[in-house]
Amino acid sequence: MDFISILSIFVMACFVGYYVVWSVTPALHTPLMAVTNAISSVIIVGALIAAAAAGLGAGGAISKWLGLLAVVLASVNIFGGFAVTARMLAMYKKKDRPAAAKH
Amino acid sequence: MEHVTVNPWAALAYLVAGVCFILALRGLSSPSTSQRGNRMGIIGMTIAVVTTLITHAPVLAVACPQPANGVALCEQFGALHLDTLALIEILGAIAIGAVIGVVTARKIAMTDMPQLVAAFHSLVGLAAVLVAAAAFLNPQAFGIADQVIPMIGQPFWAIYPQSRIEMGLGVAIGAITFSGSVIAFLKLNGNMGGAPIMLPGRHVINLGVLAGILGLIAYFTQDQSPWIFWTITALSFVIGFLLIIPIGGADMPVVVSMLNSYSGWAAAAMGFTLHNSAMIITGALVGSSGAILSYIMCKAMNRSFISVIAGGFGAAADTSGGGAAKEQRPWKRGSAEDAAFLMQQAEQVIIVPGYGMAVAQAQHVLREMADKLKEHGVRVKYAIHPVAGRMPGHMNVLLAEANVPYDEVFELEDINSEFAQTDVAFIIGANDVVNPAAKTDKGSPIYGMPVFDVEKAKTVLFIKRSMGGVGYAGVDNDVFYMDNTMMLLADAKKMVEEIVKSLD
Repeated sequence: MDFISILSIFVMACFVGYYVVWSVTPALHTPLMAVTNAISSVIIVGALIAAAAAGLGAGGAISKWLGLLAVVLASVNIFGGFAVTARMLAMYKKKDRPAAAKH
Repeated sequence: MEHVTVNPWAALAYLVAGVCFILALRGLSSPSTSQRGNRMGIIGMTIAVVTTLITHAPVLAVACPQPANGVALCEQFGALHLDTLALIEILGAIAIGAVIGVVTARKIAMTDMPQLVAAFHSLVGLAAVLVAAAAFLNPQAFGIADQVIPMIGQPFWAIYPQSRIEMGLGVAIGAITFSGSVIAFLKLNGNMGGAPIMLPGRHVINLGVLAGILGLIAYFTQDQSPWIFWTITALSFVIGFLLIIPIGGADMPVVVSMLNSYSGWAAAAMGFTLHNSAMIITGALVGSSGAILSYIMCKAMNRSFISVIAGGFGAAADTSGGGAAKEQRPWKRGSAEDAAFLMQQAEQVIIVPGYGMAVAQAQHVLREMADKLKEHGVRVKYAIHPVAGRMPGHMNVLLAEANVPYDEVFELEDINSEFAQTDVAFIIGANDVVNPAAKTDKGSPIYGMPVFDVEKAKTVLFIKRSMGGVGYAGVDNDVFYMDNTMMLLADAKKMVEEIVKSLD
């Protein structure tokens, strides 16, 4: 892919992000932050590449350990972020249900 | 510039992952679709990780017999050996992260959510720095460099100038996200005072450091010496720290969303380096999400983004114009019994929660009180200000945790007109968001901020620890001294517990 196509994806995604995020209900802004945090850990892709490339290149050994450390950090975020979002979202209930459960 | 060879199937998979992330955010438009949205996010992440593990499986460097036709046989037939040990290490790293992440997510108290999000942001930032450093040290693995064989000296890998800019931006944003989030975490977690720390001449220092970083990134395209890369990294750690220390506790919602935005831009910058559409789409989504949240927060405080970032809000209240009316004014103190009696008689009660409710952990007992009131035939609603609490949506999560149905919870603009027809406005742990000075007093630091018209309610019940303290903005509140206000001075949780007892 050349730079312009990548830039196009980026610019279009910014617009998509703009409209999608405005449609998020304010009541869910905290889960929104938690889930965006989880998905921004897609940076793990770069970490995996580095961790797998020990055999390539001169700086491979150090770069591999940096990559592995980044894999750990990003995994904490991915698993923690999605788990905490799921936990929060499970708490949002409509009327009646909690009352029915209580009495 | 056709340097990064991307497997078309892998590119397609990353695109699908990116679309899953868009759908994940789309699901959050309503609580009923939100859980499906979260699952889409998990699916997208799984696709991205599995694709990378397949296309970039660790291989042992085996000597390729170089045949006459010039194509290495082992490349042609995929005969590279899988490096099992390295694969186990990678899966082990994922497992370690998974355990830490899941345990933290299960254990964390809902009131501590702002700290947790700040801590998670710092991890994304640090991961971005590590990935950028790995790419700098081993550009060949990322396919972003050409080998140069100079006339004199060792052959080396020259990173493409464009990749150097992307890498420089990625490491800078990542490092700022990291150190900024660490400070935000320490402030939110109470390890560090919430008061702004003002260095003399900080604007000059900050702008100088920022200019230095940008200058070095520009110079980096000409010279890829390690010192430039590491100086960019170090300066960015410093600026992240300097940017957040002068920002006070009340502005943390803006800071947390701003750092959320930065973590997205860092991922996008690395996505440019790796030509990875999943990273670019995600980065753009997260970047705009954080930016929009910061905008919403700033608007809800009627402050410009620049003034929040410049910091210092709530440091010294002596400059405020409202300070003139400091004489002792009469106010009424009420008891739990009085409050219970008043609310029992009411037709409608609107509860306005604030950060104080979170600190006192009063959300559960508050819901008990609402249940009791409903048994008495009282209509109960909750009114949430966009900046109530320490992060966007903080109050909504706490109320949801306490089993408050989300259709009883209303936003500022949806409920504000109802105060005039309401018998009791019940304020618990909020202050600035109900201060009428925001509407009337031009000299007040919170002037222009949209606030709840609680003074229009027939009776105002105001739970507060003592008459001494004022809100984060450091302004006195006229609501305390109104004829129809009853101050309930106590710890929020204890007071509500007593009210619940009196309601029996």
